Amino acid sequence: MARIVGGLTTSHIPAIGNAVPKEQELKNDPYWKEFWAAYPPARAWVQKVKPDVAIVVYNDHGLNFFLDKMPTFAVGAAPIYRHADEGWGIPTIPPFKGDQEFSWHIIEALVHDEFDITTCQEMLVDHGFTVPMSLFWPNASYTDVKTIPVQINTVQHPLPSPARCFKLGQAIGRAVESYPKDLKVVMIGTGGLSHQLDGERAGFINKKFDLMCMEKIVNDPESLTRLSMHDLVREAGAQGAEFILWLAMRGALTGKVKKIHSSYHIAISNTATGVMVMENAA
Amino acid sequence: MTATTEQEKPIPGTYIFDGKAAMKGYALNKMCYSFNEAKNREEFLKDEDAYCTKYGLNDEQRKAIKERNVLGLIRAGGCIYYLAKFSGIFHLSVQDVGAQQRGISVEEFKKLLKDEGE
Repeated sequence: MARIVGGLTTSHIPAIGNAVPKEQELKNDPYWKEFWAAYPPARAWVQKVKPDVAIVVYNDHGLNFFLDKMPTFAVGAAPIYRHADEGWGIPTIPPFKGDQEFSWHIIEALVHDEFDITTCQEMLVDHGFTVPMSLFWPNASYTDVKTIPVQINTVQHPLPSPARCFKLGQAIGRAVESYPKDLKVVMIGTGGLSHQLDGERAGFINKKFDLMCMEKIVNDPESLTRLSMHDLVREAGAQGAEFILWLAMRGALTGKVKKIHSSYHIAISNTATGVMVMENAA
Repeated sequence: MTATTEQEKPIPGTYIFDGKAAMKGYALNKMCYSFNEAKNREEFLKDEDAYCTKYGLNDEQRKAIKERNVLGLIRAGGCIYYLAKFSGIFHLSVQDVGAQQRGISVEEFKKLLKDEGE
């Protein structure tokens, strides 16, 4: 049977996408040094565990979806996922492998579980997806794993609540566990932590709130599901709402969860960045 | 819906991009979404006015585009994720955009971010 071996989180800021190809030369750059230092332990865990499939919970920022049709939850069911020009010159990178059979298993299980998702047999993936994959599988080594994108709307309110996203994650967890193939699956929650790009409050960061979220998400994620979306926007900033993606990831870890690595850094661009590795034992 | 609860009090300096904003800003956001493609960015740069007309922007939106005024664009219904594609044409970073909205210099904005980490 397929099993979820753990969960990873990372921010997905576009500036990181530009920096990834220059990691070696930026390793000791004062701006980037602390940021890069967070990744070797996470990569070591990925290399040790060697997941077969990554389910990536992310938000599209206006590459694949526009306001003409805006799904709350969308699940990829494509053989391949490509990146494309997002308008401001992030280098595009080699495509990502899909796993259509596994995608459809998850889709069927989710709909059976009353999640009325959108299914996508063609889907461009933006920095929300590509940056985390490039960080955890450097030098495009992500081509060794198959991927299933799970896209959650964070663009147009009403956004799904923290509680709803956590439940979606739980349903994904059940779906994975009922898949008969012997596969190791890693969940990735991308985005966050606190940041705000728009309005007079642009640049808002809330270290205390972020650290509380990083602590609670390990062993008491239910307490975070009591936050409303309005709470999240107020405490984490307008785009800090992306924390719902972390909660969906965490919902899928249905076993005994152990923190392997955690680091927090202010700031890349306008964002407080957080990296976590959580192991999920049966 | 009943009256706004304590919890749903407006958050100062924060614009929720909801259905109302999405209706108001549809043409503007659609134009910005088109900037995913290089040929559209070039067409815009060649003749901004004609490009705004093609997408049916209203006067408020055209004025804010002309002035590169991010707050003005948000008040006119712009969503920051699409506006990023507009500001990207002029190589403005999110810190440049943040500083402009706060009404401070980029250096001051960077210091503000740094101080939040202390």
